[in-house]
Amino acid sequence: MAFRDGPFEKLKLPVAWTAAAAVIVALIAAVMLLLGDRREAMAAENYAPTRQAFDTAAAPVGGVLSLPGRWLRGAGSYVGGYFNAVSENRRLKAEIVELEQWRDQARALSNLNARYEALLGVQPEPPVPTVGARVVSDARGPFANARLINAGANKAVRVGNPVVSQDGLVGRVVGTTPIASRVLLVTDVASRIPVMIERTNARALLAGDASNNPRLDFVRGEDVIQEGDRVVTSGDGGGFPRGVPVGVAAKGLDGAWRVKLFSDRNPVDVVKVLLFQDFAQLVSEGELNEAPLAGLNTAPSPSPELAAAVTDAANRRLAQEQAAARQREEAILRARIQEQTRIEAAAQAAAEARARQQATAPAQPGAGTSPAPTQPAAQP
Amino acid sequence: MRRGRGSRSFSPLEWIVLPALAALGVTILLAVPLRFWGAHLPEPVAPLVLAFAWPLIRPSVLAPVALLGLGVFLDLFWGGTLGLWPLSLLIVYGLVLFGRSLLAGQDTRMLFFWFAGAVLIAFFVAYWTLRLDLGAGPHFWPVVWQIIPTLVLFPAADWLIRRFDDADVGFR
Repeated sequence: MAFRDGPFEKLKLPVAWTAAAAVIVALIAAVMLLLGDRREAMAAENYAPTRQAFDTAAAPVGGVLSLPGRWLRGAGSYVGGYFNAVSENRRLKAEIVELEQWRDQARALSNLNARYEALLGVQPEPPVPTVGARVVSDARGPFANARLINAGANKAVRVGNPVVSQDGLVGRVVGTTPIASRVLLVTDVASRIPVMIERTNARALLAGDASNNPRLDFVRGEDVIQEGDRVVTSGDGGGFPRGVPVGVAAKGLDGAWRVKLFSDRNPVDVVKVLLFQDFAQLVSEGELNEAPLAGLNTAPSPSPELAAAVTDAANRRLAQEQAAARQREEAILRARIQEQTRIEAAAQAAAEARARQQATAPAQPGAGTSPAPTQPAAQP
Repeated sequence: MRRGRGSRSFSPLEWIVLPALAALGVTILLAVPLRFWGAHLPEPVAPLVLAFAWPLIRPSVLAPVALLGLGVFLDLFWGGTLGLWPLSLLIVYGLVLFGRSLLAGQDTRMLFFWFAGAVLIAFFVAYWTLRLDLGAGPHFWPVVWQIIPTLVLFPAADWLIRRFDDADVGFR
């Protein structure tokens, strides 16, 4: 039986009312979606299967659509490189000369740093493996700053991994699918990253507000920032490795400290995902609680003279410890003997007192009987 | 000044499904990571055109459902808070539906002012929804830079209204 043949045959509702009812139902659905979303939590379990399925479908589409742009950019770069080859060659040669000095200094400092780490037994941070990826889709609005990249769980990308460009920090992975990952940019309203001012080590929180220059909140200390100070990740909390370049500090028009991002220098079409994990996730709890013994594995073998000196020092220290132990034992023994002597003297004095008391007892009749109590016992 | 009336008839495929697909296409195309002379492509909220035009064409049960779907698409595609754009689009649709007897048949200049008001309401709702959800709202200028390209899409809304407005005089 068709609907119109039933008891509702005569029922006619105004279309505007039915449309309004549909709007209300749809609004309720939208509010439910809003309440059920946990984007700010940024945990793997909060990245819903719906989002995963959507990203899985959107990534290939975005990859295809971004192809012409990539070709155009490649062609432009090729033509530009052809015409600017001479000037660029000169510039690169000058840069090489300058960088060679920095390279030598970096090697020397790296060597010295390794020695210090070995001497102090500091456990250095393990090298972070990386995965390259292309950006296939880009959201730049005020309410969402995110990018879709074509590397996912199949390439060991995990939620929380930092993402960098050739210039600096871009964001972090907030969702993964087997073939794609969603990257939340540092400019997104939901992004909060612990950073530090490289010059003063002052800590701050980099808070995105959808503008190109995110804000520095909770800056610790006074006068710790100057215009042009480099801002790097602090590594606090374990979410990011320490020292990833972010940008330079600048005073905003609103009076707040902001950061000009290094990643804005060039188009972010190719990125690198740092497969970094929190240090606590890398090692077992037992290993984490052990004494730092990395220096034993990394220190160079000692020379015979140094080995003899170390052995001599160890023997001396052992002899001193043994002598100290002997002295402690002798002191304890002496204390015990003195205590025994004191106890024996006290016992002897008590015996003599009893003997004197017995010797004087017959001279006092009735002394052996207890006197009658003159007061009744106190009642509790 | 009101326009003349006609008696053509259109199916939902023409005035709901195809425009919705066009809005999806515009959104996807403009999300391509391209920069020209250092500037990104604009990122308008294309479905706002439909949220404004559809209730003026005629009341419909299908249109709110389509807007809900379009809003969810925007949230998933842009990676934003789920439910943000469905709420904004549906509030605009509801308000325009409520005032359609006043708005329907107005000339293009007046419609643009109403469209600008609808866009501002949508962004106001989106701003405060995000602020309540995350505890922080976006900066002023990025919001303006998304409002402007959305306003630029007004000719599409006007064209849609002109094309389908007089389709069924029963809704005038």
